[in-house]
Amino acid sequence: MVEWILEPLQYGFFQRGLLAGIIVAISCGVLSTFIVWRGMAFIGDALAHAVLPGIVISIVLGIHVLIGALGAAVLSVIGIGALTRKKGFKEDTAIGVIFAGAFALGVLLMSRVSSFKDLSHILFGNILGVSDVDVILIASVGVIVVAAVYLFFKELLVTSFDPTHAKAIGLSPQMIHFALLILVAATTVLATQTVGVVLVMALLVTPAAAASLLVKELVKILWISIVFAVFAIIAGFYLSYYFDLASGATIVLILTLFFLISFIISKIRK
Amino acid sequence: MKKPAVMCYGKDCDHPPLSGSSALEVRDVSFYYPGNKNKILDNVNLSIKGGEKVAFVGPNGAGKSTLMNLILGLEPLQTGEISVFGHGSSSCRHRVAMVPQKSTVDWHFPVTVRQVVTMGRYVHLGWFKKPGAADRDAVEQAMETMEICDIADRQVGELSGGQQQRVMIARTLAHDADLLLLDEPLNHVDIATQELIFHTMEDLCSRGKSVLVSTHDLGILTVHFSRALFLDKSIIADGAVKDVLTPENIARAYGFEFHKDKELSPWLNGY
Repeated sequence: MVEWILEPLQYGFFQRGLLAGIIVAISCGVLSTFIVWRGMAFIGDALAHAVLPGIVISIVLGIHVLIGALGAAVLSVIGIGALTRKKGFKEDTAIGVIFAGAFALGVLLMSRVSSFKDLSHILFGNILGVSDVDVILIASVGVIVVAAVYLFFKELLVTSFDPTHAKAIGLSPQMIHFALLILVAATTVLATQTVGVVLVMALLVTPAAAASLLVKELVKILWISIVFAVFAIIAGFYLSYYFDLASGATIVLILTLFFLISFIISKIRK
Repeated sequence: MKKPAVMCYGKDCDHPPLSGSSALEVRDVSFYYPGNKNKILDNVNLSIKGGEKVAFVGPNGAGKSTLMNLILGLEPLQTGEISVFGHGSSSCRHRVAMVPQKSTVDWHFPVTVRQVVTMGRYVHLGWFKKPGAADRDAVEQAMETMEICDIADRQVGELSGGQQQRVMIARTLAHDADLLLLDEPLNHVDIATQELIFHTMEDLCSRGKSVLVSTHDLGILTVHFSRALFLDKSIIADGAVKDVLTPENIARAYGFEFHKDKELSPWLNGY
């Protein structure tokens, strides 16, 4: 068993992939708590799709895809923010418009770029193709996400539970929401590397959804989400290594399994 | 007193009360929502001193919540002036707190009673500071006052309406404000909680704090308040409860005529 675990670790690509995956899992576990309880699932999915044009453009320009993706995600968040605040649209409407437009632009650009092979990695994830630069980028964003949630935890708590009170004590719920969207956008971009654009939703939503079936307090939900996400990434990794399975789909299915088990446990408890 | 429009939170947003200032001073305040010509508030004037407990009476839609939001600085002031202890409310956030109507809160959010009450301390903490021992004491004391220590670790969504209201009031107590705005605190609340709320308000006022309680329930006025304000877009009546609780004022505030004035008057005058 020990050998079974250690054997792939001698390969650099496996080490890098695993490290990147664990960092992504921690970021996703932390944020998924807020995504689930603030009703932001739709925006997570939308952002994952909206990054596509950024990725294609950065391939064309020869810059790192994560930077292009990050740029596209932040632009989408700003666009959604502008439509909801300045024009009074509901957020899901603004998300719908921008998400569909950006994804269509990405598809169109993609059809003009010959190297589809790179892009299939983006769509479905390629955790074993993680480079040193990728690891550094992923780790930087991961540290920012975890630090931001730790430092602004009480502000996130009060703006989620009672925005009116938050405003009354001098906080801007919109600003906090906007900052959270930026963090979600950055994490989405990282997660696309591991599970791909199409399945990133699972990492952003399922960990906290499963954890919420087991416990009823935010901090506990957050910790269990991290454990679920990290475990799913590691297990998915080894399974895809030994059985030649698609890593993204394997990770998502493990998370879904966690959700089903949690669901059954919560039913039995009742 | 025009308030600075900067976002301010924590220690820096509190200035000491100006000497000789009222707890609350509202001067010539009107308000309408953009695109809607009908005024929500029309030239409202009122003043509340330290230690006063005032009932704020009017039907739904009379503008009670809007005025409270303006006092807290949740909506920008369009005309007139509002000052709390001589300042705009954004420069003395430690001194003013509101118990909002329950519908403005996301009760399903997975927070415990203790976490919610602790939110009352955030205004004193500001950015980056975590609650310390003094804050935890204040939270514990507030929960004791509202008799919710036994449910401190429960998720707020699992509680009854009365318990939820106690949690919100405990949060306001933890805030330790000098002017408290309670927006319809008695809706969907059991009798024991109502009594506890009134008892707590009584205690606060005896310590020099001011309380403004909005309600559309006239029955509680005579028992629990000495002063009442009637609002229907503007202040219709302001004074001792026994003087302002007249059929005319009630009819004006609630927008209907008493057809049996003669039969009702003796009943009302009996108060």
